[in-house]
Amino acid sequence: MWGTGVLKGMAVTIKNFFDTYTSKNGIFTVEYPEKRLPEKERFRNFPILVYDEKPEELRCVACDICAKECPPKCITIVKAKDAQGKPLKQPEVFDIDFTVCMNCGICEETCPFDAIYMDHEFELAEYDRMDALIYKKERLSRPWTHFEKIRPTDAKEINERRAKDATKTAAAVKPAPPQASNQQT
Amino acid sequence: MLDPRFRGSDIKECMENLDQIFVQAKRTVMNLAESVLPQPLVLLVSMLISIGVIAAIGPVIMMYLTWLERKVVGRIQNRIGPNRVGKFGLLQPIADGIKMLTKEDIVPEGADHILHFLSPVLVVVPALLVLGLLPWGRNMAAVDLQVGLLLFFAITSTGTLSIFLGAWGSRNKFSLLGALRAVAQLISYEIPQVFSAVVVIMHTQTISIVEIVNAQPGFNWFVFTPWGFTGLVLFYIASVAECNRTPFDLPEAESEIVAGFHTEYSGMKFALFYMAEFLQVFSLSALAAALFLGGWQGPFLPSWIWFFLKTYGLIFIMLWFRGTFPRLRVDQLMGFAWKFLLPMSMINIVVVGIWTYASPIVAWVLGILIIAISFGVLAKLNTRYHIERNRKFILAE
Ligand code: SF4
Ligand code: SF4
Repeated sequence: MWGTGVLKGMAVTIKNFFDTYTSKNGIFTVEYPEKRLPEKERFRNFPILVYDEKPEELRCVACDICAKECPPKCITIVKAKDAQGKPLKQPEVFDIDFTVCMNCGICEETCPFDAIYMDHEFELAEYDRMDALIYKKERLSRPWTHFEKIRPTDAKEINERRAKDATKTAAAVKPAPPQASNQQT
Repeated sequence: MLDPRFRGSDIKECMENLDQIFVQAKRTVMNLAESVLPQPLVLLVSMLISIGVIAAIGPVIMMYLTWLERKVVGRIQNRIGPNRVGKFGLLQPIADGIKMLTKEDIVPEGADHILHFLSPVLVVVPALLVLGLLPWGRNMAAVDLQVGLLLFFAITSTGTLSIFLGAWGSRNKFSLLGALRAVAQLISYEIPQVFSAVVVIMHTQTISIVEIVNAQPGFNWFVFTPWGFTGLVLFYIASVAECNRTPFDLPEAESEIVAGFHTEYSGMKFALFYMAEFLQVFSLSALAAALFLGGWQGPFLPSWIWFFLKTYGLIFIMLWFRGTFPRLRVDQLMGFAWKFLLPMSMINIVVVGIWTYASPIVAWVLGILIIAISFGVLAKLNTRYHIERNRKFILAE
């Protein structure tokens, strides 16, 4: 009949109106700062550098692979040198410009030393848009336990692989000590 | 728990006191004024009190209507609505007001400065004026005019003029288009609106709004008669169109003509247009409640609470409309007014004529019959095409 469509439409909207009070799924809004959705494990935002025990001993060996692979070129790495000027296997400078980083995760994928990973932290607002968002080595480093907490599945896999690699390397190193220096893994 | 000494008559007395609390308050002030001021000044004080209260209550009503609208529409769309400023977002209208006041006031270069300035001021005046005519409760109309209803319609229709003034003054094609639409729409919908109010005038034989409310004591509201119900529906639809609200918001259709007649307005001037619109929503809902739902009449609760309950109930329906319907097309809008609302309201006048002269049973049967048949016929005539139910689709080879 003429006009029933109007009533039907109104029935739908009023049902939605009352559902927000009665039904649990009535409102989709999550009132963010007070309440938040559970984090998904595979969520990724900005990269972090991991260390095993001490924050000075990052896993990163400053090989520069991630800096070369990074599409927008936002990683700056300078190798550390000892007193004699011999390069060390650790970065002196490791900056990531968060204003440029596009959260692609390529650095994580290419790093052969399991040193750089994508974090879950997303509340990164700053009052200064120039220097405050260029993250230095110190602000990027996180313990490995932090990674195990935020991404347990990945961490388990990586831990197993690293343990296997370590035994393999130990086995390879023992019989042929002279070659060990060329065979860095 | 109720105190056993607290008898029913006490409750009744208490309610009666509550009922007249505002009247008593004014009388107290008046007595005070009488003892210190000469007679002419007392009259002035009496006027100033009423004017002051209405001028103060208008913006408050408008502010909290915006809050209510955002809450209700939010809920309809499965959202919460404003909830950050104060508990339940109750301070949101105040924050909005401060924002509006501090915004830059832009006047376009080619605009007619006087008209551009005058229009938002003029548009609020009729919206505030009509609040004085409403019966807010028992003995609570600021002015009880013999021609209240007539004056109400006369005042509300001047709002169109200020809208056109502003649109013409801002020298913008979108403004002008919006204003042209507004004028066309308001003129068309005013006729069915007044016609559907005529039934009440015919029945009560008075045009004083206060008298009309007095004619519906207890639960004898006009909405419980066939003509009253039809009248309320027609009047209400026409009222929604009168205050330019969805689905009749063509004058400010933001998806077609930017913002319609208030395209070139910013800051407080824009807020004044909004205020006029919301006050109109309130006053027309209140008038609909007074004409058909018995105004402040109702058992037990104080009269002014009944008035606000009914008015806000009707306003809720308006917000509900807004959460439901898309905007009408211009031809649909005009067609609906002239081809459906107008004939229907005229038939309603016939029904109330029969109601006056026929015996109750005959009047009921005949009234329902006439309204149902004419609705059916008008619906048939207004359906311009039928969607073929068993349409066969032949696909191209
Ligand atoms: S690829 Fe890994 S080890 Fe190499 S510089 Fe980047 S983070 Fe450090
Ligand atoms: S996530 Fe992508 S853009 Fe960001 S630092 Fe890593 S490689 Fe560069």
